Amino acid sequence: MKFVDEFRDPTHAAALVREIGERVATLGRSPSRPLKIMEVCGGHTHSIFKYGIEQMLPPSIELVHGPGCPVCVLPVGRVDDAVKIAETPGVLFATYGDAIRVPGSRGSLLDAKAKGADVRTVYSPLDSLALARKNPDKRVVFFGLGFETTAPSTALTVLEAEASGVDNYFVFSNHITILPTIKAILDAPDLSIDGFIGPGHVTMVIGVAAYGFIADTYGKPFVIAGFEPLDVLQSLAMVVEQIARGEAKIENQYRRVVREGGNAVAQDAIERVFELRPHFEWRGLGTIEHSGLTFREPYARFDAEKAFAIRTVPVADPEQCQCGDVLKGVIKPWECKVFGTACTPAVPIGACMVSSEGACAAYYQYGRVSTSARAEARRELKVVR
Amino acid sequence: MTGRASNGMLAPTTPRAGEPLLSRVERVRRREGRVRTEHVTLAHGGGGKAMRDLIDDVILGELGQRDHGELEDQARTPLEELSSRGDRLAFTTDSYVVTPLFFPGGDIGRLAVNGTVNDLAVSGAIPLHLSLGLILEEGLPIDDLRRVMRSVRAAAEIARVRIVTGDTKVVARGAADKLFINTSGVGVMRRGISPSIRGACPGDYVITNGFIGDHGAAILAARGELALETTVESDTRALGGLIGELVGACEVHAMRDATRGGLATVLNELALGSDVHVYVDERAVPVRDEVRGMCELLGLDPLYLANEGNVVFVVAEDSVTRAMELLRAHPHGAGAAVLGRVSASPEGMVTLRTQLGGERVLDMLVGDQLPRIC
Repeated sequence: MKFVDEFRDPTHAAALVREIGERVATLGRSPSRPLKIMEVCGGHTHSIFKYGIEQMLPPSIELVHGPGCPVCVLPVGRVDDAVKIAETPGVLFATYGDAIRVPGSRGSLLDAKAKGADVRTVYSPLDSLALARKNPDKRVVFFGLGFETTAPSTALTVLEAEASGVDNYFVFSNHITILPTIKAILDAPDLSIDGFIGPGHVTMVIGVAAYGFIADTYGKPFVIAGFEPLDVLQSLAMVVEQIARGEAKIENQYRRVVREGGNAVAQDAIERVFELRPHFEWRGLGTIEHSGLTFREPYARFDAEKAFAIRTVPVADPEQCQCGDVLKGVIKPWECKVFGTACTPAVPIGACMVSSEGACAAYYQYGRVSTSARAEARRELKVVR
Repeated sequence: MTGRASNGMLAPTTPRAGEPLLSRVERVRRREGRVRTEHVTLAHGGGGKAMRDLIDDVILGELGQRDHGELEDQARTPLEELSSRGDRLAFTTDSYVVTPLFFPGGDIGRLAVNGTVNDLAVSGAIPLHLSLGLILEEGLPIDDLRRVMRSVRAAAEIARVRIVTGDTKVVARGAADKLFINTSGVGVMRRGISPSIRGACPGDYVITNGFIGDHGAAILAARGELALETTVESDTRALGGLIGELVGACEVHAMRDATRGGLATVLNELALGSDVHVYVDERAVPVRDEVRGMCELLGLDPLYLANEGNVVFVVAEDSVTRAMELLRAHPHGAGAAVLGRVSASPEGMVTLRTQLGGERVLDMLVGDQLPRIC
């Protein structure tokens, strides 16, 4: 298929893997002391697993799957709030699909739906606004989730609702911002990341300059990457190249989409509708200052937190759950005590096991095959015509 | 001579000259019923005249089986007829609740025939008889029911099966979604042929007859919730003929139609059932560009999309060339492909060589495919 297959070409992939391998070999790293590169964004995690990229890389590179899965970092208390709103009589609750199974302390939105709540899956906030227009007798609440990638469309939808006088539309905003999160990771005392693959779609909105501090203050290479597998491989090659040269720069691999200054219209929309909360809780990472978005005063009437008198009660993660350590890259998914036993995609304990962007779900779904099994499989493949 | 009265009831019958009253009444009582309302009502499920009319006129009428006189409560089949064609019975059942009832490439009626026919055929059986259970929601347009019944008839003719028994229930509005169908099917298993989900052996090849994901993509688009336009049609079709050719000429160890859960689910059922490793090359999996494009847009994986005319065959190494020839020569084998191979370990697992050249596990889906945020 045109404009898709070009970015998944196995010959180019093999060449990039070779290039990465040769460069890493000069760095004196080993499987026991690997080069650690974090992909911040869940979209990259998904690509890495879906295309089997991790297994193609030399063992002296380790990919650390970062916190950029908005569903995974949603704290239990906020899921409970969402369920509470959805269960309110007369409410139609619209959500992106991957939030529907995230477990709260009293079940997920899917459980609420089974018990009679009107929970619908939508692909865009505009779909939820259409639901509000079609159901004037209901209060329609959109579950606003995601980084700067999805925040502009939520903001524009609210502006549209205001302009067209829709008064039964609300947003439960859990929008978050990427920069404080990256800073929190960089400030962690146990930081062991050598470089970053940066989020492509967030940067398409906020622009490249915003990341300057990562190179200037923390001295880490940061390459903004696209989401096709060749994008990811090329970006890895660029990070490795910077490390090999002893450099730390912000580079943009995803130039076909990301402009230096970002998208001014999208930035304006966020700026107009939202303001930063003093602090916001992240699952696993704790409370991060100025990392969450809430409504500015002129748009407060769209704020579901006000309309439904939501006062989030922080709920501790289940004791066995180590999502936080997985999100920070401190442990690998399979090193979690409950991975694949008590916590599986069918019965998830932690959010990392729910979304296909979550490191645990991705690893469970795509990755759990031993090296020896892979070698045997490769041998078998040769006979497939 | 009858006319339609404004209240939907029959207009008075003109008396024949000299006909006594009682015989006139009797003549009308025995007259073939006709359904004159536009929608199914609860009266059609009440067991009385209205129900009889619905069954006679709409169901048996459209199925082309009206002239059977008074019906028995069960189908009766001479054993001799069955045992002349094989040595075991295959018996299966499936329910159909698809929304919308009509979609590009088919409708719930065609699906209900083909689905059960295929479930029989993949056992190596010759599909023969189907039952047809209907659950109608009050308010269902009679014309929709007629259309579905015509479709059942046409599909049964193509698949060479007979609808031999049936049942109709009407439930109140909201208690069902327009129309649910259950079909059970009986077939006779050919002597000496026993493909099984436990039958895949190391060294076998895994092949399929056609493009995957068409049905799932067509239904998704037909629901109209995504404002997507596509030319993809459901692949619903009866595969008894194609399967018959294959089992007659090749050593087929296992067969299963890749319906709900898609290709990935069937491959996992094979790996688990036969305790083997199934290795699949993603580049060999036949997916139409329209389906791929839709999946790219929506963040779905075609490997998990439903099919209604796609069978996964596990064939012995010696048979793979012949099997591929037969598939490619058949009208239902246009997208035939060798997907991969069976090996001994890791047992119970499916791995996929990705388009990029990487490798990963291909697992069963947990629930529905959840579209991703970004």
